[in-house]
Amino acid sequence: MSTLPLDYETLRLIWWALLGILLIGFAVMGGRDLGVGALLPFVARTDAERRVVINVIGPTWEGNQVWLVLGGGAIFAAFPPLYAVSFSGFYLAMIVILLALILRPVGFKFRNKITDPRWRSTWDWALFVGGFVPALIFGVAVGNVLLGAPFHLDDTLRSFYTGNFFQLLMPFALVGGLVSLGMIVTQGAAVIAGRTDGAIAERARTFGTWAALATIVLFALGGLWVTFFMQGYAITSVVDPNGAINPLGKTVELVQGGWVSNYGLYPWMIAAPVLGFLGLVGAVLGLQGRAGVPTLVASSIAIFGIIATAGLSLFPFLLPSSTVPNASLTLWDASSSHLTLFIMLLATLVFLPIVLAYTAFVFRVMRGPVTTQSLNKNPNAY
Amino acid sequence: MIDMTVVELSRWQFAATAMYHFIFVPLTLGLSFLMAIMESVYVMTGRDIWRKATLFWGTLFGVNFAMGVATGIVMEFQFGMNWSYYSHYVGDVFGAPLAIEGLMAFFLEATFVGLFFFGWDRMTKVGHLTVTWLTALGANLSALWILVANGWMQNPVGSKFNPDTMRMEVTDFMAVIFNPVAQAKFVHTVSAGYVAGAVFIFAISCLFLLSGKHVELAKRSMVVAASFGLASALSVVVLGDESGYVATEHQQMKIAAMEAMYHTEPAPAALTLFAIPGDKPGEPAFQVQLPWLLGIITTRSIDRDLPGITELTEHAAIRIQSGMIAYTALQEIRADGTNMAARATFDEHWADLGYGLLLKKYRDDVDNATGEEIALAALDTVPDVWPLFWSFRLMVGIGFFFIAFFAVWFYRASKGWLGTNRTMLWIGVAVLPLPWLAIEGGWFIAEYGRQPWVVEGVLPTFYAASSLNFWDLVISLTFFVALYTVLLIIMVMLMVKIIKAGPQDKLFSALDEGDDNDFVIAALPATPANKDLVS
Repeated sequence: MSTLPLDYETLRLIWWALLGILLIGFAVMGGRDLGVGALLPFVARTDAERRVVINVIGPTWEGNQVWLVLGGGAIFAAFPPLYAVSFSGFYLAMIVILLALILRPVGFKFRNKITDPRWRSTWDWALFVGGFVPALIFGVAVGNVLLGAPFHLDDTLRSFYTGNFFQLLMPFALVGGLVSLGMIVTQGAAVIAGRTDGAIAERARTFGTWAALATIVLFALGGLWVTFFMQGYAITSVVDPNGAINPLGKTVELVQGGWVSNYGLYPWMIAAPVLGFLGLVGAVLGLQGRAGVPTLVASSIAIFGIIATAGLSLFPFLLPSSTVPNASLTLWDASSSHLTLFIMLLATLVFLPIVLAYTAFVFRVMRGPVTTQSLNKNPNAY
Repeated sequence: MIDMTVVELSRWQFAATAMYHFIFVPLTLGLSFLMAIMESVYVMTGRDIWRKATLFWGTLFGVNFAMGVATGIVMEFQFGMNWSYYSHYVGDVFGAPLAIEGLMAFFLEATFVGLFFFGWDRMTKVGHLTVTWLTALGANLSALWILVANGWMQNPVGSKFNPDTMRMEVTDFMAVIFNPVAQAKFVHTVSAGYVAGAVFIFAISCLFLLSGKHVELAKRSMVVAASFGLASALSVVVLGDESGYVATEHQQMKIAAMEAMYHTEPAPAALTLFAIPGDKPGEPAFQVQLPWLLGIITTRSIDRDLPGITELTEHAAIRIQSGMIAYTALQEIRADGTNMAARATFDEHWADLGYGLLLKKYRDDVDNATGEEIALAALDTVPDVWPLFWSFRLMVGIGFFFIAFFAVWFYRASKGWLGTNRTMLWIGVAVLPLPWLAIEGGWFIAEYGRQPWVVEGVLPTFYAASSLNFWDLVISLTFFVALYTVLLIIMVMLMVKIIKAGPQDKLFSALDEGDDNDFVIAALPATPANKDLVS
C-alpha cells in the first residue's frame, strides 16, 4: 500500500478528525430539529402555534438527519471495530434512540392529515420524544465513553459486553446527557426564535436562555469532575501508528486526571472548551438581544466546542474498556485498512462539498419567517 | 460456543425490519420517477392537470416516504447492533458503499424531498422540476450503493482475508463496485420498484374511474403508468438478476435449490416449470420441464453444465477440509506472526477459511473436526429447497403477469378504452398487492437462498451475530414489530383517507395570496390533443 499518496498514520488522523466533523455536523444540523422537537409542546401551546414551529424545520429536517446516517456509515467504514463494539454494547440504549427517531418522520407527515385535537396532540408528544430522548441519550453515551465501557475482545476480535442498560445511567454519564440536551435545546431555541415572532419567539428565548445557562454550569461541572475526581486512560506501551490494527497489542492504564493530560501536551486544545463556553454565552446574549442568525452561529460554535472537547480529551482513544483496559479501542488500532481509508477520503472530498453546496441552496430557498398565513398558502405544509 | 437462540432471533429481527423497510422502498423508487415524468409533462405542456396529478401522487408518496425513512434508519444501525462480528469481519469492505450511499444518495434524496413539498411557490417551474428529478435520482442512487453492498455479500470480490487483522480487507475497490452480481441486482431491483409504483398509480386510478371521480386525472395517470409499467416489467424480467447466479459456487447452490435440481443437469439445462416434492428427500415425484431454458438463462450459453445439489454438497465437503487447514494455519499465525510456513499454507487455503468456520457450529476446535461433523457442515450449505422453489415461481409468475397486464392496458389506452370495461378496472384494482408479493419473495430468495452464509463462502451467518442475550433480542424484536405494525396500519388508513378525498383543486402560488377559496380547475375541453384521453 506504499503506493498511496498519504501514509496510514496521516489517514487515520484525518479520519479521526472527519469523524468528529461528521458528528458535529449532525449535532449542529440535526440538533436544530431535535431541539425544536424537544421544545415543541412548551414553546407552542395551540395547534396553530405548533404548526408554525413544526414548519420552521419541516422542509429541511430530513436532509439534516442524514448527518446521523452518514456518521453511522462513516464509523462503519472508517472504524469498523468501534462500530461493532459500541453499537452492540450499547444495544438497548441504541434501541431506545431508534424507537424515538422512528417517531419523527411519521410525526411530521401524519400529524396534519387529521384535524382531531387528540390525534395532533399525540403526534406533538411523539415529536417531543423523538427530539428529547436522542438528545439526552447521545450525551449519556458520550459520558459512558469517557467512563470506559465494560467490554473485552477474544483472540478473534469478537467483542463481549458485560454491562447492562441501567449501568449506563451513572451520575457522570447523566451529566453528559444533560450537557447534550442543554446544548441541543439551545440550538432549537435559536432556530425558533430566529424564524418566528410573537409569543412563540418569546417563549423560545426564555427556554433557550435557561438551557444555555444550565449547559454552562453542567459543562463546567463535567470538566471539574473529569479533572479532579475521575480516572482517564493512558497507553503505556509503544504504538506503531502505521501498523496493522491490533487492539490487543498494547497496554493501557487508568490515570487520575488522564483525560486532561492532552491539554498539557497540546495547549492549543484548550481552544475547544473555551469555544464551548464562549458559544453558550454568545447564545444567551443573542437570544436576549433578539439577534437572529448570530444566535444560531454562537449556539453552533458551542456545540462544536463541547463535542471537540470530548473528542480531544479522549485522544487517541475512541472507546476505552473499563474491564480490560488493554482492549480499549484507539484510532491507531480500530481503523479500516490503509486503502479503505484512502478511498473513503476521496469520496468525501468529492461529495461533501457538493452536499454542503446544495444544502446551502435549499436553506436559502426556504429562508424567511414562518407564520400561520404563510402556511395556509401551501397544502403540503405540515 | 455461540448462542443459537440469539442467532435465530437476530435473523428474525433483520428479516422483519428489512422486509418492513422494503414495503416502502419500491414505492419510493417508482413513484418518484413517475412524479418526475408527470411534472415534466406539466412543465412542457403547461396544463395544470399534470401539476394536480403530480401533487396528488406526491401526497401519497410523502406518506410512504416517511415510513421509508422511519424504517430505514434502523437498517443502517443494526449491522453493528446485531451483527457486530460481521461488522468487524467485513466492515473494511462493506462499510464503504454504505457510507458512500449516505454521502452521494441519501443527502441528495432527503435534502431535495423537502423542497419538492415546500418549494412549489418559491421556485420557477423548471427549478422545481429539477428538484423532483434530483429526488428521484437520489432514491435510485441509494438503491445502487446498497445493492453494491448486498452484491458483495452474494459474490465477495475484490477483497482478501488479512490474518494480522482478522478480517476481510479491500484489495480492489473497483471490482467491488463493478461486481456483476451487484450490477444485475441493481437493475432488477429498481425495475421492480418502478413496476410497484406503476401498479400503485394504476390501481388507484382504476378505483377513480370505477367511482366516476377525477376521471381526467385518472386517465392521464393510467396512460403514464401503463407505458412506464410495461417498460419496467419487461426490464425486471429480461434483466433479471439470474445472470449473476453462475458467478460463484453458492450462487449455483441457490439456483439448484430454486430449481429443486438435485443432480447436475447436462448442458443445456432444462427449466423446471412445476414439481411436486417426492417421498424420498431430494427427489421430486413429478415435474414439468422446459428443455434448454435454464441453461440459457443462467449461463447465457448452451454448453455449460449446471451442477446439482448433491454434487455441490460433495464439493463443499472438500472445501471444508481445505478450510480446516486454513484455520489451523491462521491459529499458528496468530500465535506467532513470524511463522512464514504457516503464512504460506494460509495463502494457499485462505479462500476456504469460511468453509472451515462452518464447523464452529459443532465444535470450537475446528482443526479436530471428525468426518461426521464435516459431512454435517457440508449438508448445512444446502438451503431449504421448497420455500425457495415456490418463492421463485411466485416471483417470476407475477413478473410475467405484469408484462401481459401492462401490454393489454397499453393497447387499450392507445384505443381509448380506458374506462370502458368495469371488470377490467376491477382487475386493475385487485392486482395492487402483487408487486409487493413478488418483491418480498425476491428478497427472500436472495437472502434465505444465501444461507448458511451471511457473506457467501466467507462468513457463516451464525458466526456473525453479536454476543447479545436472549432478552435484548426479545425486547428489541417486540418493540420494532409492534411499532412498525401500528405505523403501517396508520399509514394505510391515511392513504385511504387521501385517496377518498381525491386530488385537491387548491392551487397554491403567490397569486392567490390570502385567498382560501379553492381555485377550481375547469374540466378540460375535449381538444384534439387530449381527445383520446376522454372516452
